[in-house]
Amino acid sequence: MYAQMVDTGVARVRSADELEGEEAGFQRGIDALEKVEATDWMPEAYRKTMIRQISQHAHSEIVGMLPEGNWITRAPSLKRKVTLLAKVQDEAGHGLYLYCAAETLDVSRDTLLEALHSGAAKYSSIFNYPTLTWADIGVIGWLVDGAAIINQIPLCRCSYGPYARAMVRICKEESFHQRQGFDIMLTLCQGSPAQKAMAQDALNRWWWPTVMMFGPPDAESVHSAQSMAWRIKLQSNDALRQKFIDQTVPQAALLGLTIPDPALTLDPETGHYRIGPVDWAEFYRVIKGDGPCNRERLAARVAAWEDGAWVREAAAAHAEKQAARRKECAA
Amino acid sequence: MTQGKDWPLWEVFVRSAHGLAHKHVGSVHATDAAMALENARDVYTRRNEGTSLWVVRSTDIVASDPAQKGPLFEPARNKIYRHPTFYELPDAVKHM
Repeated sequence: MYAQMVDTGVARVRSADELEGEEAGFQRGIDALEKVEATDWMPEAYRKTMIRQISQHAHSEIVGMLPEGNWITRAPSLKRKVTLLAKVQDEAGHGLYLYCAAETLDVSRDTLLEALHSGAAKYSSIFNYPTLTWADIGVIGWLVDGAAIINQIPLCRCSYGPYARAMVRICKEESFHQRQGFDIMLTLCQGSPAQKAMAQDALNRWWWPTVMMFGPPDAESVHSAQSMAWRIKLQSNDALRQKFIDQTVPQAALLGLTIPDPALTLDPETGHYRIGPVDWAEFYRVIKGDGPCNRERLAARVAAWEDGAWVREAAAAHAEKQAARRKECAA
Repeated sequence: MTQGKDWPLWEVFVRSAHGLAHKHVGSVHATDAAMALENARDVYTRRNEGTSLWVVRSTDIVASDPAQKGPLFEPARNKIYRHPTFYELPDAVKHM
């Protein structure tokens, strides 16, 4: 998802009997659905995992502005343009809520940004795909934000208080993101044959990357057990993915679009849609930095940070001057 | 790369409507109070969430010790007679 394959640094989940002292009390609190707050005692592995998960999530929001920002100046109407501007501004806001939540765990914003810029920290695989046409902006809202909502709603109940509270704010705003995307798709699908073909082409390119957003299948998901014991992950990758597929397939039918999966079938016994095989090799390739746009995205982030250096320096100099002036006046 | 290490952290409080109290919503980094207010406006009130904003330097907040929460709040815990539900009313009294 926005945080994929988060390393817990834990090889094996220990049972309640194996935990001692403060750690046993910590796990009891989590099992009793109590929230962990920044100043509470917590195991070092929990703290580190939470920093990794929240900062990955924040980086995804920030890098996620790039594929969409690409279309702000080329939006087809003023209405679409103001909507897209508002959405991209929301993504920046989501990144900031999340960086603040991560900072409660005693890590500086600069350390987090350095990790992103050096390539040491990950962000979601989905943002390493290009936005080739206007229909991609529709598909991102409809599918990518739709998938994000499915992942983020359970996180509103996760054990770490500042992260859970940030998620509540984010989920409220994501709903607008998904609807504006679906609205773009609906308009294209009711338009000319060329517009509908553009919508279908965008779905063809984004479907599988979106399905992969939920992360590897449960059997290969090595850190899930510990994350679930800590209640920083509440549902498995496959369960969330299934929810997304069941929700999306009828919506595609309503749009008159075809999901690019010849093996897709409805299992009449369970009522769930079954998808064909996923190319996980592609997912791992993108995660490891070798997707279609990994280098471009990272370079754009680093350039934005470096080009903005003079603004940060000027703001600091201004604050210093004002403080000196106040001191002079007081003297 | 240039760092923003000198930018202090500010806690943000928003009052959503007249009559309600300010509520903590998160934090922002800013070089001074004026910038903290502007950043807080942009980050936390993009959808008319507020009629008033407070920003406070995070380092100026004094918090109770979470490890002491038991003894700290103990004096209130066993005084159930402070709640209206402690008093039983005859059924004949419909509203009180």
